[in-house]
Amino acid sequence: MTRVTINGEVREIADQTTVAQLLTQLELNDQRVAVEVNLEIVPHQTHHQFILNEGDELEVVTLVGGG
Amino acid sequence: MLFEDSQDDGIQIGSHHLASRLIVGTGKYDDLELMRDSLDRSGTDCVTVAVRRERLYDGDGRNLLDFLDPQKFTLLPNTAGCYNARDAVRVARMGREILSQLGNPGADWVKLEVLGDAKTLLPDPVATLEATRQLVEDGFQVLCYTSDDPIVARRLKEAGATSVMPAGSPIGSGQGVLNPNNIKICLEYLKGDDPSYPVIVDAGVGTASDVAEAMELGVDGVLLNTAIAHARDPLGMATAMKLGCEAGRLAYQAGRIPKALYATASSPEEGLVSTRPYKSRFWGRP
Repeated sequence: MTRVTINGEVREIADQTTVAQLLTQLELNDQRVAVEVNLEIVPHQTHHQFILNEGDELEVVTLVGGG
Repeated sequence: MLFEDSQDDGIQIGSHHLASRLIVGTGKYDDLELMRDSLDRSGTDCVTVAVRRERLYDGDGRNLLDFLDPQKFTLLPNTAGCYNARDAVRVARMGREILSQLGNPGADWVKLEVLGDAKTLLPDPVATLEATRQLVEDGFQVLCYTSDDPIVARRLKEAGATSVMPAGSPIGSGQGVLNPNNIKICLEYLKGDDPSYPVIVDAGVGTASDVAEAMELGVDGVLLNTAIAHARDPLGMATAMKLGCEAGRLAYQAGRIPKALYATASSPEEGLVSTRPYKSRFWGRP
């Protein structure tokens, strides 16, 4: 297992999980989120290739109401 | 036939053209249906959105984007809640990533908000300037939320801001335009030799007359949220804001009369049938 932090929460995921697979597991719509790993944006077109490593810190954000 | 007569062709902000001069926030509504209907009533074609962490447990749920037609609205992502330049730049980039994926034209701009204080929500001018420079370098069109300080406004424009957006009063306070003189000086500094430079009053308006007053000063637009979302009747207030914005713009273009200390009669003096207390109409100078 690989331990990563997602939105401040520690989670264990299968080794070699990609960003795209993680979003599917979290039941999140890839089209409506942005993913940052270790302070760098992971562009949508690379979600399928980007493999998460032990200790990675992810931010998964979306749009909400705001002024 | 007021509205047909108005020649307002909207507002140009960098590469973005908006038909309405009102930019409306999407926060604080009781529910998303009310938000959608209020936005419709306001006549806006540009709405602000915030970037926040996804909830990890209950899937998508009801998403803001189900209630905002990306073909109808240009989304303006904000950096609300950021207290330093580094966070603001990060959030701006995340917003850009989402909007690019959605194919919304708003992907290349941002409403920059770098706060200095949680109680007043006043902007941190130093951090705002720093973040503006970084975001401009990163290719963003930056719309800067700032105070009504004309010197800061000028510095933000010099740093490459696409629009400077002075607050009328603190965010959500509903106090209206507290210092119209400062807004006038901002307008003079920012538009004096560059009349098409867009200046938008962002934050603080409480009701339609506040929007009209801001527009009458000559700003290009008004950005608001709470005044509609927290009105007793948001739909009614949204309509009022639309009309206030149009009225203020028309009045600005039409040119108000100067304020005078003494009265000027509207009815003719000639043929008057009455007696007067003094020979002259100037009291105290017979």
